[in-house]
Amino acid sequence: METLLEPLSYAFFQKGLVVASLSGAILGLIGVYIVLRGMSYIGHGLAHSIFGGFAAMQLFAAQFYAIGAGLWGIASALAITTVTKRSRVGADAAIGVITIASFALGVALFAKFGTSGPSFENALFGSILGITTGQIVGLIAVAILTAGFVILRYRALLFSTFDSDVAAVSGVNVGRIEAALMVVLSLAILATLTVIGVTLVAAMLVIPAVIARMLTDSFGRMLAYSTLIGTLCGLIGMYSSYYADVPSGTMIVLVGAALFMVVLASTGGSGLRRTKGLDSHPEDMVAG
Amino acid sequence: MTGTGVGPELIRLTGVNASYDHKLVLEDVSFHVHEDQFTGIVGPSGAGKTTLLRLLLQTLDPVAGTVWRAPDLRVGYVPQLESVNWNFPITVFECVLMSRKSSRMIPMASAAEKASVFEVLDRLGIGDLADRHIRELSGGQQQRMFLARALLRQPQVLLLDEPTSGVDISTRHDILHLLADLHEDGMAIVLTTHDLNGIATHLPHLVCVNRQIVGEGTPRDVLTSAVLERTFGARMEVLEHLGVRLVVDEAPATYTPGSRS
Repeated sequence: METLLEPLSYAFFQKGLVVASLSGAILGLIGVYIVLRGMSYIGHGLAHSIFGGFAAMQLFAAQFYAIGAGLWGIASALAITTVTKRSRVGADAAIGVITIASFALGVALFAKFGTSGPSFENALFGSILGITTGQIVGLIAVAILTAGFVILRYRALLFSTFDSDVAAVSGVNVGRIEAALMVVLSLAILATLTVIGVTLVAAMLVIPAVIARMLTDSFGRMLAYSTLIGTLCGLIGMYSSYYADVPSGTMIVLVGAALFMVVLASTGGSGLRRTKGLDSHPEDMVAG
Repeated sequence: MTGTGVGPELIRLTGVNASYDHKLVLEDVSFHVHEDQFTGIVGPSGAGKTTLLRLLLQTLDPVAGTVWRAPDLRVGYVPQLESVNWNFPITVFECVLMSRKSSRMIPMASAAEKASVFEVLDRLGIGDLADRHIRELSGGQQQRMFLARALLRQPQVLLLDEPTSGVDISTRHDILHLLADLHEDGMAIVLTTHDLNGIATHLPHLVCVNRQIVGEGTPRDVLTSAVLERTFGARMEVLEHLGVRLVVDEAPATYTPGSRS
């Protein structure tokens, strides 16, 4: 009990715990759609892309950097969606170029001009130090937005994820849903960037969702489990980070990886079988 | 059951060309769907059958020609089983329910929504499978599940892509009877198939496609050696058995091990 209570006596840890568990929950929730749509690579690319915006906006408009980086992220997300839709051939390469170039720009700006915000290392691997009330408010707002989006557009999101062509025929505005999902994804990445870190955000989008998939065959339960697992990773990761004295994002991801191994061992072949086809694109109808 | 389509027009394609990556798949196709129609689109693999369906569904825009649909037309669509991600985490109930626009602010189905899902599942004989994962169903049950999802929207037109592909003979009969019943209830039905003897010959109206519309009419009109050769590019003989046309290869071959050498 002492182990649990002692870190709570520090204000920075209390804030960190709230932020880490909320970050885990948000990424766990939105990650279900990213994994089931075979978009893990896009999540990875988007995190890197947003880092570029993060660095540039700190330089040019430090007081509005969150808004600027958010807009940068949304623009990247919409560009990725357009590239992916218009040209399946070469889309991965195009996304790689766009997002990693943006990341490289961020690195260059950090190296040349430094930053008034988090250090380069903290931006890459996450940190609980220096979390502001503004960041917490922003994170809570994104959490409400993400949960609201998933709840209010539940069936349309599910339908377009499972079978976008039939969804479109059945009255779902698939283009609008996909664009909204990318906007929410980029805001979720931006809001969790400081705690989880650029290089590790993509892992937290994937790990809770994959673990949840191994545990259930129901979509509704997968959403609930993935959110819960993300939250747990955040909580346990924070304590591990405190005691091991390593960056928070690193420990959160390592806890997720350990949970994955535990679930894999306990579910055996059945769990692994369920993860088959997670990167499928069922919307590719057979032309004939 | 007339099935030839003389009722009010629901969908009309006029002089349509369709292509993928600048490769023309359909050329100068004109096609009508009427209220009382029951049509099979027949052709070999790659002939443009699914493309024709996609034009009717308006999930593909033509590169030339026009597509017209009756205002507020409700269309149900049953995809090819091969195009479905069977590992997607979803139960039969969840799969069917997704086609119904939610009337509530929360994701959970209302009592009325649950009742409507079970009504259509029971009608198709799979009400007891509602909690199963979609992968656990047989081919025929999977087909019924997607039919249930389409029917939940109470469509005026039902479009099906190879609905009997990969199912056994008994299931094929069941599906055909089911579709005939839906047609009797007033639903227009258009399906694609490359199964001439199992499906096409039993339908009231056929359209033979191979990049263009090669023939159109009743099985008696289009299941002829001349039309089939133009459609499939192979010589076929047409026999008559109990009033039904049957198609066989003109020179059936017997393949035995080692015969290739």
